[in-house]
Amino acid sequence: MADHDRTGGWRGFLAQPNDTRFKTLFMALAVSVGCAVLVSGATVLLRPIQAANRAAEEQARIEALVLGIPGMEDLLSEAGGTLGTVVVDLDAGRAATGVTPDTLQTALADAGNWSAIPPAEDLAGLGQRPDYAQIYLLRDGEEVSLVLLPISGAGYNGRIDAVLALGGDMATIAGLAVTAHSETPGLGGRIEEQGWLSDFPGTRTHDADGNLRFAVARGAASSVYEVDGITGATRTSSAVTRIVRFWLGPLGYGPVIDAIQRGDF
Amino acid sequence: MAAPGSFWRTLTAPLLRENPVTLQILGICSALAVTTSLATALTMAASLTVVLTLAAGLISLIRRHIPDTIRLILQIVIIASLVIVIDQILQAYFFEISRALSVFVGLITTNCLVLGRTETFARHNPPVPSMVDAFGNGLGYSLVLIFIGCVREVFGKGELMGRQVLPLAEQGGWFTPLSLMLLAPSGFFLLGGLVWALRTLMPEQAEAPDFAPPEHREAAE
Repeated sequence: MADHDRTGGWRGFLAQPNDTRFKTLFMALAVSVGCAVLVSGATVLLRPIQAANRAAEEQARIEALVLGIPGMEDLLSEAGGTLGTVVVDLDAGRAATGVTPDTLQTALADAGNWSAIPPAEDLAGLGQRPDYAQIYLLRDGEEVSLVLLPISGAGYNGRIDAVLALGGDMATIAGLAVTAHSETPGLGGRIEEQGWLSDFPGTRTHDADGNLRFAVARGAASSVYEVDGITGATRTSSAVTRIVRFWLGPLGYGPVIDAIQRGDF
Repeated sequence: MAAPGSFWRTLTAPLLRENPVTLQILGICSALAVTTSLATALTMAASLTVVLTLAAGLISLIRRHIPDTIRLILQIVIIASLVIVIDQILQAYFFEISRALSVFVGLITTNCLVLGRTETFARHNPPVPSMVDAFGNGLGYSLVLIFIGCVREVFGKGELMGRQVLPLAEQGGWFTPLSLMLLAPSGFFLLGGLVWALRTLMPEQAEAPDFAPPEHREAAE
């Protein structure tokens, strides 16, 4: 201990045998406090850069999703290369008044703009959902030919964020892009792989009577309402089913989809 | 202890003669998992070297005050914190690569190579030699990763760092990619081949049939 030239009490403390109960506790506390400061510091300092990265990636995935749908490239270049962005009021099923894409973040920071979801209907495991959501529209003339709906919900290991693309009839999936997830790599994590996502285009969400039929199958898809399940990822597969069903349902984008079908947008 | 020659020896010994991966068979899980391409192998190698060097320095600094009863958990806490910091830095500045590495950066925490060096060397030596030793071991690990990463990427995709080096048959060239190279078993085959080659060249590395582990070496995972 000779090299610790400090005040008497401190040196005396350090000179204690390492295995006294007090020193053991002290070392555990000191190391954890030091490490906590290190980790929190790095997280807080780097968060803005990470958020920008994630936003850029989400944008790139949405773009790739649109470009991956046959025929959409032409429509997109006709529309000037950009998608129409609309903030919708989920309850009313129409474009929100007073909230624009620029003010959406501020509006969502207000707890008053969130609604609790009754547990019985909370398929996606969200607990609450915002009253406003930003969706993307692509038009062919006056008709809406594609709508992109951001969806999210609880997966197996954490939240899954995705963007669901519906074709002009609002009952056919045009594509799905998973923008964020924390599923098990190699199992549930495969939901972000093209091989699985390419199964979505053409899948029907509702049958002729308007019943919601979409599901991720257990095993291979057996009807036009299903996509193949992922082997070894039953929980993740069923989470995707529940998330899509919730957001297409009455508490999700249901009213908005009805409005688009009526031609209100 | 402080003679420049001994530093040089501490630094270079783990490269080939006492390579942690091929001689001690430490840290092979990540060596197999992230070597499908050279870019991910390089990032993983750099991350592990940085974590190992810093962890060895920190643990060596407090080595006289680490109570024996909680020494492992103290070391793991320090290593895990450094790993989280590195992971955050990767996510901020090397976003694409951090996605490719996914969980394996986090698994540096449980990489037996890291705990092996801090437990056997850093806990008994002053900070500078500890960091030199850790850095040397990091380089030895990196060497193996880079070698396996190169072979797997070249023969699995005909590419190196994402650039085409062998003309693919489907694009009019002569090379048909060996998809096996991109799967985990090929990592085992290559690593096994490498260990065999090294032990043939340096017979002193071969273990005696009735192998009794020397006291100062930790067993593999």
